[in-house]
Amino acid sequence: MTNVLAFAEARGGDLRRAALEAVTAARIVADASGGQVHAIIFGAPGIGAKAPPLGAHGADAVVVVEHAAFAQNNPEAVSTTIAARMKSGSYGTFLCTASATGKDIAPRVAAKLGVPLAADVTSFEVKGGAISAVHPGYTGKVMQTVTLTATPAVISVRPGAYLPKSDAKAGAVETMAPAGDPGASRVKVTETTAGNAAKHDLGEARVIISGGRGLKEAANFKLVEDLAAAFGNAAVGATRAVTDDGWRPPADQIGQTGRLVSPDLYVACGISGAIQHLAGMRTSKTIVAINKDKEAPIFKIADYGIVGDVLQVLPVLTDAVKKARAG
Amino acid sequence: MKIAVCLKRVPDMDVRFKIAASGKAVDEAGLKFDISDFDGYAVEAALQIKEKLNAGEVVVISLGGDVVQETLRKAMSMGADRAVQLRHDGAPVDSFAVASALAAELKGGGYDLVMFGRMSIDTAHGAVGAIAAELLGLPCVTAISKLEFDGGTARMRRELEGAFELVECALPAVVTIDEGIARPRYPSLKGIMAAKKKPLETKPAQLPAERLTLTAMALPPERTGGRIIGEGPDAVPELVRLLKEEAKVLS
Repeated sequence: MTNVLAFAEARGGDLRRAALEAVTAARIVADASGGQVHAIIFGAPGIGAKAPPLGAHGADAVVVVEHAAFAQNNPEAVSTTIAARMKSGSYGTFLCTASATGKDIAPRVAAKLGVPLAADVTSFEVKGGAISAVHPGYTGKVMQTVTLTATPAVISVRPGAYLPKSDAKAGAVETMAPAGDPGASRVKVTETTAGNAAKHDLGEARVIISGGRGLKEAANFKLVEDLAAAFGNAAVGATRAVTDDGWRPPADQIGQTGRLVSPDLYVACGISGAIQHLAGMRTSKTIVAINKDKEAPIFKIADYGIVGDVLQVLPVLTDAVKKARAG
Repeated sequence: MKIAVCLKRVPDMDVRFKIAASGKAVDEAGLKFDISDFDGYAVEAALQIKEKLNAGEVVVISLGGDVVQETLRKAMSMGADRAVQLRHDGAPVDSFAVASALAAELKGGGYDLVMFGRMSIDTAHGAVGAIAAELLGLPCVTAISKLEFDGGTARMRRELEGAFELVECALPAVVTIDEGIARPRYPSLKGIMAAKKKPLETKPAQLPAERLTLTAMALPPERTGGRIIGEGPDAVPELVRLLKEEAKVLS
């Protein structure tokens, strides 16, 4: 009962970074208990071709489940198949990344196995066979340590908490038939928008440039996008005030009721720092704030602050970042 | 349509929390409590469905001590028809245990739609709704930001990272509610008066043994921010130097 089954998330026929993070975190659990990491991937026929990076990041085996009805996310059939796999073998742990998809799958799997789960954890350790994990709650203001005493353990790990690490293992590919008929799922995903392919995702970006009301109008978000482009790998976020006003789509909202992010660098542009917003980004490693009000709460948590009009500072900063990266 | 909304009483987050002497809870002294954010959206969404159809019933359910009666009354003052308290001393952290108790109450209730917030804003595990759905054997769609009906079919939207899914399933079903679906209304005076007379039933929660235990609670390390490096565009060169040499996030 020492092997770990890791959920290798895919979307639109491609592996997500969440898959590599899950395999990396699963490796830590497996190494602590002397077991193997098996990554399980679902997709339309042909998804098996995406297995190699999983082996390269620590999967001893890759379980490939192909079916036409996995072309779209299919949470019922995915969780049923994962639960069947967990019951069939020598697994002590199921682990996934707490992405939008992972957060949906993990409790379904836990329920099918009749166990609770440790959800959205930012760190964990394996002690005497039991998993103890830290999970930020209360909008990031309180760290909760939970211990799982049920077997098997089900755990979802916050995106970005365990970055993909190269660790070449066999990655032996094995195919598995879905449990039940995936075409008969009651919940049907009819369409997945590709979104904007050029757009970097908030959950995955190591740099986030975020804008608030200090930008004065929607069109000025161009300055935020320009700075994000200058960093090359940056995503664009927004405050709730801005998404409520329709300047940016709701999915861009960072905060208590939006996305919780912790990038390496967070640049808050024209954001005063309402509690609701700070709840979503206070765990960022380095925080930069640009705001014209030097008493704004954002400066209390910012590592580096510039007091000034964001509309004047941003173009200069964008040029300077371009030059620094070119040089 | 008969709708159940499961909701949790949580503290207002706009405070600096203290850890209780036990080291396993927040110190509740002086805290204000209300319906958890996403659960409030679920109540509002349920009321809007009932109002649109001009028929049906909205039942609110909460697990906890007698303090949750105030939270249930608030939901009824918004417009919910009746309430059920599953009495237990506090809300366990084990989402499987909580979901089991809620499922036991929901089962046989004849609900067309069971709604949860996508997570509670305090313990924030985001698992109770999906586990309850599994225990009830109902289809479940989590974290939806839009919900419409086409006969007996629910059509929904889920936000993903940089994309979204359109999802459908037949009723009865369980859904968990994300930001964006509906902003909760404020109770009217008339609503508050009416809520006092609406039925609130109390019964013991049927909780299985907990297998996820909270072993410690702690405050995260304080950020040592507050370093203003300059004013206006003139401060940019120093910022870029610090990002490169000190924070090492620019290369």
